[in-house]
Amino acid sequence: MTVAPAIELKGISKAFGPVQANKDISIRVMPGTIHGIIGENGAGKSTLMSILYGFYKADKGQIFIGGMKTSIPDSQAAIAAGIGMVFQHFKLVENFTVLENIILGAEDGAMLRPSLAKARQSLTDLAKEYGLDVDPDAIVENLSVGHQQRVEILKALYRQADILILDEPTGVLTPAEADQLFRILNRLREEGKTIILITHKLREIMDTTDTVSVMRRGEMTATVKTSDTSPAGLAELMVGRKVLLQVDKVPATPKETVLEVENLRVVDEKGVERLKGISLDVKAGEILGIAGVAGNGQSELLAVLGGITSGTGVIRVNGQDIDLTGKFSDGQSRRARGIAHVPEDRQREGLIMDYMAWENTAFGYHRDPAYQSGILMNNAAIRADTEEKMERFDVRPPNPRLTAKNFSGGNQQKIVLAREIERNPDLLLVGQPTRGVDIGAIEFIHQQIVALRDQGKAILLVSVELDEIFALSDRIAVMFDGQLMGFRDPAKTDEKELGLMMAGVVEEEAA
Amino acid sequence: MDFLTIIQVLDSTVRLATPLLLACLAGLYSERAGIFDIGLEGKMLAAAFFSAAIAAMTGSVWLGLLAGIAASLVLSGVHGLASITFRGNQLISGVAINFLAAGMTVLIAQSWFKQGGRTPSLIGGGRFNPIELPFAETLSTFPILGPIYSELISGHSILVYVAFAAVPATWWLLYRTRFGLRLRAVGENPAAVDTAGVSVVGLRFAAVAICGVLCGIAGAYLATGLQAGFVKEMTAGRGFIALAALIFAKWRPWYALSACLLFGFLQAIALRYQNIDLGAFTVPVQVMDALPYILTVVILAGFVGKAVPPRAGGEPYVKER
Repeated sequence: MTVAPAIELKGISKAFGPVQANKDISIRVMPGTIHGIIGENGAGKSTLMSILYGFYKADKGQIFIGGMKTSIPDSQAAIAAGIGMVFQHFKLVENFTVLENIILGAEDGAMLRPSLAKARQSLTDLAKEYGLDVDPDAIVENLSVGHQQRVEILKALYRQADILILDEPTGVLTPAEADQLFRILNRLREEGKTIILITHKLREIMDTTDTVSVMRRGEMTATVKTSDTSPAGLAELMVGRKVLLQVDKVPATPKETVLEVENLRVVDEKGVERLKGISLDVKAGEILGIAGVAGNGQSELLAVLGGITSGTGVIRVNGQDIDLTGKFSDGQSRRARGIAHVPEDRQREGLIMDYMAWENTAFGYHRDPAYQSGILMNNAAIRADTEEKMERFDVRPPNPRLTAKNFSGGNQQKIVLAREIERNPDLLLVGQPTRGVDIGAIEFIHQQIVALRDQGKAILLVSVELDEIFALSDRIAVMFDGQLMGFRDPAKTDEKELGLMMAGVVEEEAA
Repeated sequence: MDFLTIIQVLDSTVRLATPLLLACLAGLYSERAGIFDIGLEGKMLAAAFFSAAIAAMTGSVWLGLLAGIAASLVLSGVHGLASITFRGNQLISGVAINFLAAGMTVLIAQSWFKQGGRTPSLIGGGRFNPIELPFAETLSTFPILGPIYSELISGHSILVYVAFAAVPATWWLLYRTRFGLRLRAVGENPAAVDTAGVSVVGLRFAAVAICGVLCGIAGAYLATGLQAGFVKEMTAGRGFIALAALIFAKWRPWYALSACLLFGFLQAIALRYQNIDLGAFTVPVQVMDALPYILTVVILAGFVGKAVPPRAGGEPYVKER
């Protein structure tokens, strides 16, 4: 007897206006397996899962759950069909308790008390069965991100979900939390649950899935057994051409020191010390990578170096002190001193999303004489300059009159990079350069950063992606709780050691 | 100030707090569901007019009450349509409702009754009359407790008791029932409600409807309980004081009771004493009128704990991928 697939999609198509988000997609997922769906941003993964969860209705195609043809007009129907979804951005009521979040929408009757009691009992059972421990009375916003994600998984399990869809589940997790998540997923698989894992991280696919489907431009380009493929093979299927997963770079030739930081301290508006005496230096022609779990002071370091916030201590660029608190402590003065800044959050700090590309390209450099025409701005000159930069950085489409929000994440980042790099800075501060950027653009952005290094510029890179830190850095510093835990040579360290340092554990380097 | 004066001021506090309390609870339902409502004033005004007009025409205050509630519900429906269905700006919709009510009531009143934009004075069955609680007469001779019972607790119209009973009822509904859990959730994170398979639109319309009913009762009480008929702009900013009380109460039912009693007390003092002579200087009556707003600003500035509004408040819900 053959087992019916847990989920089978046949010929699913969905268009939004002229955009074909899903084109004739068919897929079979067997029960008790972990199935990965991988693809670049905008490949149609999320649309497909939204159809499966009843957010959208497919234009064409059929859905079979456990061998039965099923129609899923809304989320309620999806839940009834045994589908649970863990969204990338959690759908939790933050000031409710864990229990309240779990029963929301799945209450047993009009009164809360019996529902809460029942949920408390089944939470204890689920915790035992799957190793999913969460305090039922904790307020969700006080939980760590990893635990909030557990609440989402518990929500699905409480609703008797047999099929669990996770959308980019590790984007917000620390490496340790991600490992825990995958242990839980394996446990769920052993208990017979079917798991669909949507991600753009090749390593997660290789480590955890049984089978994997690749999506590109709305089409399912391949479905293969994970054991029969390789990261390079998957990357090629995703992008449609060969991709260099390793950044090609020659060893660094560091020269004179460009940036010196001594005992830098930053206290935030709540009076909490966020940087507790940071000392580091970056030389011309090298990339210093700062690794660490988000929220350990990296953002504050970039902000104070970029002149956005003030601090105490010493910052020297090319041997000259930089004003940290006074009149000349702002982005404008920093840029005048040869510091360019690609901020961590391009949509909030790097760009104005409702402004056009050429306007965004002028920001910060709007006093450039080349952009002036008497007392007015020479908009035509800015547009011409922007168009040229867009060509060089392969921004698609290279149209300076398009508003920033209409570009994909990778192209937005290229606009910011072009603005900052093309000004020929001595020092480039760059935060999370490839967050939310698809794999083809990652390759390009990495090449640009390395090229800048090879021109003899100093680069300070902050990233929460260890892969990126390893790919780019000539030296690695690990940040934890506002302090640097130490410097490492990327050739002489590994993820395990850095992971420990990121958690605050230092093993003294053997001298 | 003798004991009887205190009782009388407190008695008037209860009367004046009643419309505030009803409007405040109305706002609480709406805002807890994520729909900001600055149209409380307009809904009360419309309800005040229609309750007085229908009571005057039919002689039945109960029909008046129903008409008031219906009028308020219609405006609630407009607000719901604008801010939930069409995802418009909730503040603009609220302001529009206030202007609409202010103009329409006077216009219709003039056209129906030809008395300069007011309704005829209500008499007899056209008003909510005070209810004497049992034994009020006999117990009034007891010292202290007697007058408190017979003067302060007894002798209000039915709507006053409804308003005060609505406080524990609201608390129970919000914190002990499935509907309350969902209502609070939809004001904090509608996406959570939506993905749980519950209708965001349905919940928000339910909340806005409850808001309409309570505003209707508040308006009807103004025109048929507190006063005897409708006069132009008779709500006199009570809808806004109720909003202030809602913030003061941090969107909680029992706190709302305290806030409305406090603001009602300030109104009672202002009504009775006009300018208060403190010997060295005189406190003008305007200070009393302004105090609810001043206190609300103090609260908002974070001096007395933090007032955190429902997080999804004011934001139309758009389903995202």
